[in-house]
Amino acid sequence: MRDGDRPRRDMILEVAGLTMRFGGLVAVDTVSFTAMRGEITALIGPNGAGKTTVFNCITGFYRPSDGAIRLHVPGALPVELHALAGHNIARAGVARSFQNIRLFPGMTALENLLIAQHNTLMAASGWGIGAVLGLSRYPRAEREAIEKARRWLDATRLLERADDPAGSLPYGAQRRLEIARAMCTEPSLLCLDEPAAGLNPRESDELARLLLEIRAGGTSILLIEHDMGVVMRISDRVVVLDHGKLIAADAPAAVRADPRVIAAYLGVDDPEETAA
Amino acid sequence: MIPAAALRDAGLAALVALGLFAPLVGLRTDVSPTGGLFLRTRWADVAIVCGIVFLGRLVLSLWLGQRGLRPSTGPGPWTARLERAGAFVAPVLLGLAVVLPFIPGIGRYELDIGILVLTYVMLGWGLNIVVGLAGLLDLGYVAFYAIGAYSYALLAQYFGLSFWVCLPLAGILAAFWGVLLGFPVLRLRGDYLAIVTLAFGEIIRVVLINWVGLTGGPNGIGGIPRPSFFGLPFSMEGGPGTFAGFFGLEPSPTHRVIFLYYLILGLALLTNWVTIRLRRQPLGRAWEALREDEIACRALGINVTTTKLSAFALGAMFGGFAGAFFATRQAFVSPESFTFIESAIILAIVVLGGLGSQVGVAIAALVMIGGFELFRDLDEWRMLVFGGAMVAIMVLRPRGLVGTRTPTVALGKKRAISGDLVSEGHG
Repeated sequence: MRDGDRPRRDMILEVAGLTMRFGGLVAVDTVSFTAMRGEITALIGPNGAGKTTVFNCITGFYRPSDGAIRLHVPGALPVELHALAGHNIARAGVARSFQNIRLFPGMTALENLLIAQHNTLMAASGWGIGAVLGLSRYPRAEREAIEKARRWLDATRLLERADDPAGSLPYGAQRRLEIARAMCTEPSLLCLDEPAAGLNPRESDELARLLLEIRAGGTSILLIEHDMGVVMRISDRVVVLDHGKLIAADAPAAVRADPRVIAAYLGVDDPEETAA
Repeated sequence: MIPAAALRDAGLAALVALGLFAPLVGLRTDVSPTGGLFLRTRWADVAIVCGIVFLGRLVLSLWLGQRGLRPSTGPGPWTARLERAGAFVAPVLLGLAVVLPFIPGIGRYELDIGILVLTYVMLGWGLNIVVGLAGLLDLGYVAFYAIGAYSYALLAQYFGLSFWVCLPLAGILAAFWGVLLGFPVLRLRGDYLAIVTLAFGEIIRVVLINWVGLTGGPNGIGGIPRPSFFGLPFSMEGGPGTFAGFFGLEPSPTHRVIFLYYLILGLALLTNWVTIRLRRQPLGRAWEALREDEIACRALGINVTTTKLSAFALGAMFGGFAGAFFATRQAFVSPESFTFIESAIILAIVVLGGLGSQVGVAIAALVMIGGFELFRDLDEWRMLVFGGAMVAIMVLRPRGLVGTRTPTVALGKKRAISGDLVSEGHG
């Protein structure tokens, strides 16, 4: 494993001994892995391996039964994500997308991106009161927010659909808009749950390019994905889960050659496991 | 539809009508001169009613077949026209509301109706924040109306505070209760939320009835001071210290009515102004986002709790203002004025007008409350006409008169969003 080669300060997300039980079912069993700053980390595994559960723990939708999740911020103490309420995790700098797209369908693409900047705008509007009375620096903050939204609409090629309701956009565009919306919260870690699901090959290529651009912009990415083409092409590290257990965490080429990963995907009996 | 099928369809409708109206209209028990009950039959009336249904259904199906009129939530030709007129309808309505007291032929009765309609417009706009924007179904809105009314009545009675001091206090108290109601119901959605808010409305009313020592119980509170014109009372004596005397006018009871009219107009416009401004701002947008998808809101760092509470509090505050106004207008409050039917009427205004639409709510209040008064001559038929009108609106415009949503911000031109895409909220 390459973890040891890296200085600790490069770490952005640390998952330590994460366990999630639903009644008697152990969905995630003492999983530990790290994601590095400025890298794309992919979380893969067969269906039901517990990927989305790990995601929901990281983004605060589940409270883990055991273990710790820490977000490392340069020059500050790590943020204990497992102890934070859902909306505070987003404020700490973790943004996410959803496996089944969750946009605000009745609101325009631009409005969707402005809602993502709610906290900044809310502070500028004097928690609503100042802006209603016309007393605050709100108009300037809104112009800046619209400018940022315009940049992300441009980056996701949605600028000409800015004033269309999100629900009327084609599927691929909705996926891109969800990523743009997550990026508008200015996250340090972007978590994407199957962003390439349902996309055609051309759209997948575009998505891969977009993710590389986002990485180049300094945002680390944690991604669940089934499209191995995309995963192997853009990921810096791949974490493999199977039946709630971590079975590999390494560079894409090494993971692809790992017999245990192949076994998990192809359902072949693992020689080591059989021996044990 | 071809005529034969239309005839058959109309015949079926008439048959259903016959089954319905034969016992309802055809049979009637009356008191005979000797004092006993006897059954009177009115088969001629039944025949007329069934004939009307037959013809109505025939005309309707022929017309529908021709025009292809379908239920729609989208921006159909009707909405497009309204939208074009929209920039024009709202100012015209506003202008009319402002000059109403000075239009010749408008007497005290008309002004009283105007005050009543505006009270419901204000309540509708207040509830629109909670139901229309935040998507939280509140069936107990009348509780805040009651809290506002009793706040003013009690503060005036026990502490002798004037209307202008009590008005903001009534609003603050109602908002406080809004937050108090909000806390336990935050986790509830949909039907569960509706039931709890319904119970809250009833609890407030039951407390008002039973806490006789404070509220006077079912007898209510009388002798609530009337509002003064910034310290000048409206009095028929016409002395120098009164409104009429100060302005050198002939004392007239209409002065107070006109003042009350402008007071509620001002309060309603305040509600509207605050709502319109908030809708274009992060808080209002967060309410609408909450209505669309609460989970996505949480993932974007929006504090769902405070956002919901703010909607509850603000809606309750305007309900409280309206309540204080109600108390000062009536000079008497009793729990009877705050029954569930009031909540239902306000909610009906919001739903008929179109969730989230300010103009729609105003028109719906005008039609529902004003229309109700207008058709007073129809006596018992009034309810039937009224129910029919409501059904017709809901059949043709399932999302209310204004079923579309206007974006709050746009890079280019703002285009109305079809009601099909806009979520109604899950509670």
